[in-house]
Amino acid sequence: MSTPVPARANAPERYYNYAYLDEQTKRMIRRSILKALAIPGYQVPFGSREMPVPYGWGTGGIQLTAAIIGPDDVYKCIDQGADDTTNAVSIRRFFANVADVATTEDTGEATIIQTRHRIPEKPLKQGQVLVYQVPQPEPLRGLEARETETRAMHAYEEYGLQYVSLYENVSAYGRIAATAGYPVMVEERYLMSPSPIPKFDNPKMAQNEAVMLFGAGREKRIYAVPPFTRVRSLDFEDYPFETQTWEETCALCGAEDSYLDEVILDDAGDKMFVCSDSHHCAERREAGHVGPMAGHTLDQDAALKEPAQ
Amino acid sequence: MSVATLDLSRIAPAFADPVRESQAVFREVMECMARPGRITRFERAPQAPTGLSKAAGAVALTLFDFETLVWLDPALADSEAEAWLRFHCGCPLTRNAQEAAFAIVTDMAKAPSLAAFNQGDAKYPDRSTTVILQIASLEGGPVVTLSGPGIQTTTDIAPQGLPQDFWTQIETNQAQFQFGVDVLLVSGDQLLALPRTTTAQIKGG
Repeated sequence: MSTPVPARANAPERYYNYAYLDEQTKRMIRRSILKALAIPGYQVPFGSREMPVPYGWGTGGIQLTAAIIGPDDVYKCIDQGADDTTNAVSIRRFFANVADVATTEDTGEATIIQTRHRIPEKPLKQGQVLVYQVPQPEPLRGLEARETETRAMHAYEEYGLQYVSLYENVSAYGRIAATAGYPVMVEERYLMSPSPIPKFDNPKMAQNEAVMLFGAGREKRIYAVPPFTRVRSLDFEDYPFETQTWEETCALCGAEDSYLDEVILDDAGDKMFVCSDSHHCAERREAGHVGPMAGHTLDQDAALKEPAQ
Repeated sequence: MSVATLDLSRIAPAFADPVRESQAVFREVMECMARPGRITRFERAPQAPTGLSKAAGAVALTLFDFETLVWLDPALADSEAEAWLRFHCGCPLTRNAQEAAFAIVTDMAKAPSLAAFNQGDAKYPDRSTTVILQIASLEGGPVVTLSGPGIQTTTDIAPQGLPQDFWTQIETNQAQFQFGVDVLLVSGDQLLALPRTTTAQIKGG
């Protein structure tokens, strides 16, 4: 499945250092990664660099990947679960160019998976590294704007405010309303933002076999969750943590247990639900699983014509 | 500290390909830090100067630079190892264990306790020292059972040549989380990590 890297046309004249970042920057990031792993869930400040994409496009994740990637790695990049979205395709192409790595869409064979807002459906295993792109690393930022204060709250484990916020949710909506970026406690010590993954993915963080690294480029923070680490989604005894569920199944592969995206099909409001993890869905279809709308081919000519009056 | 002129003719070479080799070493160190007790080998690392093990040298070449204050064991003062580190890493050296980002301990008998190094700040626990302890062997010693983040249930290690009270020091270090130093045990070309989250239990102890 993995695409071998073609020989570089400009091999003799490499404009950038291997993996784009200079060696001193990589050393600085690498030291931060080690401290982040030693203090699970704690946000390590780092000297985030200008990257050739704007903030918000994954500069934190790209810098983490650049600091750890080597020529023997197999690289996968997903955006909202999909391998074929613009952001994922361009970041994947970036590393194929600057780091001479093989790229893949196969979750199983990837050694580094960079992700924006999803954890793949297929369980990760030892030897894999999951790199999260994080827009806002501070789970308390919405409650307290000052970094000096939030840092003190983490230092002294003052997380009462977070629980008050969840309680206000319960009193206003009758449930904890957060659906993405649902805050977690790591090893019962540090409150951590899981990045804007759906809360559906939160349970996958606990006791995961892979190394999980989080990078926030604009906010200049790196944090990590080592393998086999306790990660608990916050809740109350009488309002326990729950993940999303769907009445529908994936329209293409029929999956009942994967995270589904709702896709609007026409102006009449017809819709379908499909797996957000594109590789998971493709693999299931290859294995012969069929959803209610599978096999449906679009009539291109009809689609291009003016809608019938 | 005397800053003598370096005699370049006596400085041994470092990585032949610094970019690829430091990346390979880092990935192994990262896996070890993520999975305490996991032993890795740096077979292809360059021979470090007398007094410094291959693994300690490889870690130094990978992580030290002008930004990291390094506490070097007094046993290596004015040695070829010191000159090698100054030349290849460009790292400033310090005698003050409290301010060191990294420490290389080679003489376990005279080594300061782990508590003597920087334990980090309440708000910035990442500023603590990473202590590289060079010991006789990572195998064949008394068995110690490790648990904590990065370890599924428990894992056994058996390092040799650690001082009597070392595991008591590790216990104290772990108990004061989020403060604490992170330890890398090295011997020859082997390395294993004991981050501050790891709990150690001497078997039968």
